[in-house]
Amino acid sequence: MKHRGRYGDYGGYYVPEVLIPVLEELEEAFDRFRGDPAFVAELADLSTHYAGRPTPLYHARRFSEHVGFQVYLKREDLLHGGAHKVNNTLGQGLLAKHMGKSKLIAETGAGQHGLATAMIGALLGMETKIFMGVTDVERQSVNVHKMKLCGAEVIPVEGGTGTLKDAINDALRYWTSHVTDTFYLFGTAAGPHPYPTIVRHFQSCISREARQQFLDQTGRLPDMVVACVGGGSNAIGAFAHFIDDPDVKLIGVEAGGRGVATGKHAASIVAGTPGVLHGARSYLLQDAEGQVMDTESISAGLDYPGVGPEHCHLSDIGRARYVAADDAEVLETFGLLARIEGILPALESTHALAYVAGLKGTLGPETIVMVNLSGRGDKDVGIVEQHRPLE
Amino acid sequence: MKSYRDVFSELSRQHRAALIPFFVVGDPDFDTSLALVKAAIDAGADVLELGIPFSDPIADGPTIQKADIRAVRSGMNVRRAMEFIRQVKQHRDIPIGLLMYYNLVCHYGKAEFFRDARDAGVNSVLIADMTIDDADEVLGSIRAAGLDSVFMVTPNTSPERMQQIAARTTGFIYTVSVLGVTGSRDALSDSVEDLVRRLKSLTNVPICVGFGISKPEHARAVADAGADGAIIGSRIVGMIEAHLDDPGRAIAEVSAFIGQVKAALSGA
Ligand SMILES: Cc1ncc(COP(=O)(O)O)c(C=O)c1O
Repeated sequence: MKHRGRYGDYGGYYVPEVLIPVLEELEEAFDRFRGDPAFVAELADLSTHYAGRPTPLYHARRFSEHVGFQVYLKREDLLHGGAHKVNNTLGQGLLAKHMGKSKLIAETGAGQHGLATAMIGALLGMETKIFMGVTDVERQSVNVHKMKLCGAEVIPVEGGTGTLKDAINDALRYWTSHVTDTFYLFGTAAGPHPYPTIVRHFQSCISREARQQFLDQTGRLPDMVVACVGGGSNAIGAFAHFIDDPDVKLIGVEAGGRGVATGKHAASIVAGTPGVLHGARSYLLQDAEGQVMDTESISAGLDYPGVGPEHCHLSDIGRARYVAADDAEVLETFGLLARIEGILPALESTHALAYVAGLKGTLGPETIVMVNLSGRGDKDVGIVEQHRPLE
Repeated sequence: MKSYRDVFSELSRQHRAALIPFFVVGDPDFDTSLALVKAAIDAGADVLELGIPFSDPIADGPTIQKADIRAVRSGMNVRRAMEFIRQVKQHRDIPIGLLMYYNLVCHYGKAEFFRDARDAGVNSVLIADMTIDDADEVLGSIRAAGLDSVFMVTPNTSPERMQQIAARTTGFIYTVSVLGVTGSRDALSDSVEDLVRRLKSLTNVPICVGFGISKPEHARAVADAGADGAIIGSRIVGMIEAHLDDPGRAIAEVSAFIGQVKAALSGA
């Protein structure tokens, strides 16, 4: 491999030997095509006309009034497919096509990445298989249906707790047996090198746009950028072009589940210790024996015991701060945003909003906070109804 | 303590390949697992390959995944695995290779892990999710502990890389016969004989073949291709799974099967 894929102490490619040649091939293709004018033009065209970029930066006036400072929402929820995931699947899908691969596989938690991959599989005419934990298949059944409508095969994964971690295990195993014709379209900024770098690259359009939009709309940069963190793709996309602006605070919000103190959560940076899972060193939720723990979160997309290596590094060096929001706060905030802004946020993204709602009264009225609204909440209406039935 | 060198040179004088059964330590529980391993030794195992169970074994197919889950549930951990190995060594001085996932090694502490493994009677450690590219993270402590190193070669490994792998390997090269994860397969992969021959032309390090060796005739075929050993995992672990309610039966089947493989490897 040409690069080590390290972010400080984190990252790398801790994988079985059989995956080394394919990861090398992927690294090489990414290095070649990322700057290739034809590739860049094709991606830009599809980003605009298929996915719907640029997304608006919306000043949420009533939410701002509620908290007492200025909140802007980066509307990734308005993208085709309903989440930021399409930024990455378009990029990697085109890469797969340019590499001459004929088949796509992907893991999915909430089903958003699975759906975004199924869409691109249809768009590019590639056979697509989606690995999804059985628990998630059940709680995100609408997305399962959508994936199938787009022609993808959904493979339910039984192992472990039947969530995202187990889906990644099986996708990696399948890939090991089908390396020649199959491209693994990894869904988040984690996993073995070069995935964290590739996913960051294709998601960084979020902050590239937002930075310019802030300059155009407010004449200055925001004071704080807040994003939810599962594996970390929407967050690294939202942070990337602000990392070199030291006055912009970066906050990643992890899934606090039933509360970090209960142990039933998915807050890897907040409560984990360094370990190795799915090919990378990262903060990891593991038990006293080094076994990876079962996680819990109301949002399937954040239900993951590891986290992207760059976030671990940003946390260690103090450039970004990571906090947790628990299920109860998230449900509260979901209802709030719907009521006062008419926007249903994805439960994942609602973690970021919940943290910001919790800052109510603590920041000056001129303070500008950007929340990356990574996805829309249509898929979550059933879950919310279960927990907070309407009278 | 018997070394790989002792065993492989003795076997090569007899023109025989090593029979290497694989077990997940503690599957389905400490005592049954120990009885199974002892029975395998008595039935003719030349070397043992033992896996300490991990929650997320990405290089393993369903059979060994389930064994890992059974073993973790029964309370197996690294410390108890060391005790298990000590008891195996009391039964017979046979070389033992450990198959690990890296997180367990890191969590235990690298230097401590290799030292304790050596003290328990382990000869080598193979980390399934680490390649030679990161070997510098462990090779120092592996050598300091007096252990041998084992790395994998797969059908898609380039010749230059095979040479680099051989240069870092002191125990044996774990040659993976298929593109894929562990699991029983009906037929032996076509590419395996060619792979063994290519490796043999590149290095003098012993070559053992694993993944998908499920029948006595598979073991014989890799031996005939020039391999120094045949590693049999999922087929054996599957026998344990099939008789969870009757450990005696599992032990009898595993013993009988190992006897058949031994006969296939010994026959002219
Ligand atoms: C809307 C939404 N936001 C966030 C995430 C979490 O992923 P990541 O941390 O990679 O952005 C998901 C994952 O499914 C998602 O669907």
